[in-house]
Amino acid sequence: MNDLSPSTPIAYAAVRVRPGAMRRARGLSDRALAWLFISPTMLLLLAINIFPLLWTIYLSFTNYRANRANAPVVWLGADWYRSILTDPDIWAAMQVTAHFVIWTVVIETVLGFGLAFLIDKKFRGHGLWTTIILLPMMLSPAVVGNFWTFLYQPQIGLFNYVIGFLTGRDASSFQMLGDVTLSPWAIVIVDVWMWTPYVMLICLAGLRSIPDYIYEAAEVDRASKWRQFWSITLPMALPFIMLAVLFRGIENFKMFDMVNLLTGGGPGSTTEVASITLKRAAFESWRTGYSSAFAIILFVTVFGLANIYVKALNRVKSR
Amino acid sequence: MRTIANTAHSVVEPTPATRRFAGALVVLYAVITMVPLAWIVLTSFKSPDDAISYPPKLLFAPTLEGYCNLFTTLSRQTPDFIKTLGPPQGMCDRIARGRNMVIAGPSNYVPRFVNSLIVAFGSTVLAVALGTLSAYGFSRFRVPLKDDLLFFILSTRMMPPIAVAIPIYLMYRTLGLSDTRLGMILLYTSVNVSLAVWLLKGFIDEIPREYEEAAMVDGYTRFQAFVKVVLPQATTGIAATAIFCLIFAWNEYAFAVLLTSGNAQTAPPFIPIIIGEGGQDWPAVAAGTTLFLVPIVVFTVLLRKHLLRGITFGAVRK
Repeated sequence: MNDLSPSTPIAYAAVRVRPGAMRRARGLSDRALAWLFISPTMLLLLAINIFPLLWTIYLSFTNYRANRANAPVVWLGADWYRSILTDPDIWAAMQVTAHFVIWTVVIETVLGFGLAFLIDKKFRGHGLWTTIILLPMMLSPAVVGNFWTFLYQPQIGLFNYVIGFLTGRDASSFQMLGDVTLSPWAIVIVDVWMWTPYVMLICLAGLRSIPDYIYEAAEVDRASKWRQFWSITLPMALPFIMLAVLFRGIENFKMFDMVNLLTGGGPGSTTEVASITLKRAAFESWRTGYSSAFAIILFVTVFGLANIYVKALNRVKSR
Repeated sequence: MRTIANTAHSVVEPTPATRRFAGALVVLYAVITMVPLAWIVLTSFKSPDDAISYPPKLLFAPTLEGYCNLFTTLSRQTPDFIKTLGPPQGMCDRIARGRNMVIAGPSNYVPRFVNSLIVAFGSTVLAVALGTLSAYGFSRFRVPLKDDLLFFILSTRMMPPIAVAIPIYLMYRTLGLSDTRLGMILLYTSVNVSLAVWLLKGFIDEIPREYEEAAMVDGYTRFQAFVKVVLPQATTGIAATAIFCLIFAWNEYAFAVLLTSGNAQTAPPFIPIIIGEGGQDWPAVAAGTTLFLVPIVVFTVLLRKHLLRGITFGAVRK
């Protein structure tokens, strides 16, 4: 299903026809060497990913609390799962997450594709400006979130000053982080600032993968530029756009660091995305069993999305 | 860029006017997007009063007070007490005394920065070493369930960090790895190794097998061929992968804030809690942020040709 290897059966055959006995005499067999090379990574992942995952699954069926390690552990069956899936607070968190994911992905895709389209015109110095535009996505989301709290300060912040200057309103008349209606947009703005370059970079690769001769043929057929955009550029760049959309979707679905520093989920729980709900349950209320069940639900969701993502990767790769 | 001078103007080349217009829009976006970063760097050179002035000040008398406050802890003293002290030692001492403060000692920034360096480099070396071996294995040998294993490796990186942190927290508490650098190195290695395997597999796939096969015909063992033929060819790929791993470990916050408290705490959870007298000391926070971001800017410029590969796990190569 996930064939990512460009190697052909012929290449394998070429390796196989070499006299095996001779090689074995001079070292380990290929099979042994393959396992020797791959097993350390697998062991590490088993110890630090799979074992904890199994443990989480076990805990999600119990009433275990990490701050009361010695209390007797009671088996609860699927109780947590039932209560999570019917809990209005969880659905509220899911709605906040959906608002965040959908708006960031939509805005980033439109802006990112637009930028890529412009950069693809290869104006003078486009390489330098591309590198400059890419900078925000390389930074630490936590540090970014922290310094945006400074820009969002109502009295002294640059963001409020600029918006106040442009709209003629008083800069301290609105609070991006303290207002129930504005704070969900405050986190969207920072995410768009940070991750639009990511979408741009992938879209740019998509645009550059379209061979010139297709446009030349379209010119010969007297297709308008408008028509060329809708029937050549967009469809041919679409697998790349999908890749960017999926990856941003997955990343923002599990968003934690930036939002935690910007709003911490507040005011109230208006920006409490799923990961922040999970952190509050796991590391503030210490409801370990409950939060394990929630973690498993998130795991399954991300796993499903990741599966689609890998399929999309393969489609892009076959180009 | 293009060297075609003698041919007729190609039909798909944009006109000069289109180019200028596109360029102007992109430059406009780039300038707007740089404002927040430039503002942080400027703020790091402001005095606390300039940093919180209204309207925001673009012109100000630059000072290194933010950097002084970042590296030291201050304590307030009476002017009479300060008069009894000898002459100030160094610039930071002079600035502090001007505000009726004395330097009480170094701050925690340097130890946190050092932790970041140790954890980032430690996990990168491990992840790249493990990743190179696995990538070679996956690239060259017939491995049963290869695609499923590769998908499994990738999927570990997609997990929400908070969900992973719950059992890791319990496991580390049992093993005594809580708040240790070793614990953080192992954790970051496990996250980075998936990226390393995928990226390096792409790079190694591009090295023709004929080179190793020729070496093996000449009497090298498979392992010698790997060390002496493949590794030198893969140097660029290994370097690019290492930088990606470094950047991830350097920037990571969720695990760091949940699993470390003092000893092994890295810079990202520390920078937001730099507090001065009477609230957040913004010039000091800005100074800490600036110093923390400088390595990333350097790495981004170094990596620019491989960025696309890195962010798509090696799938898109340009």
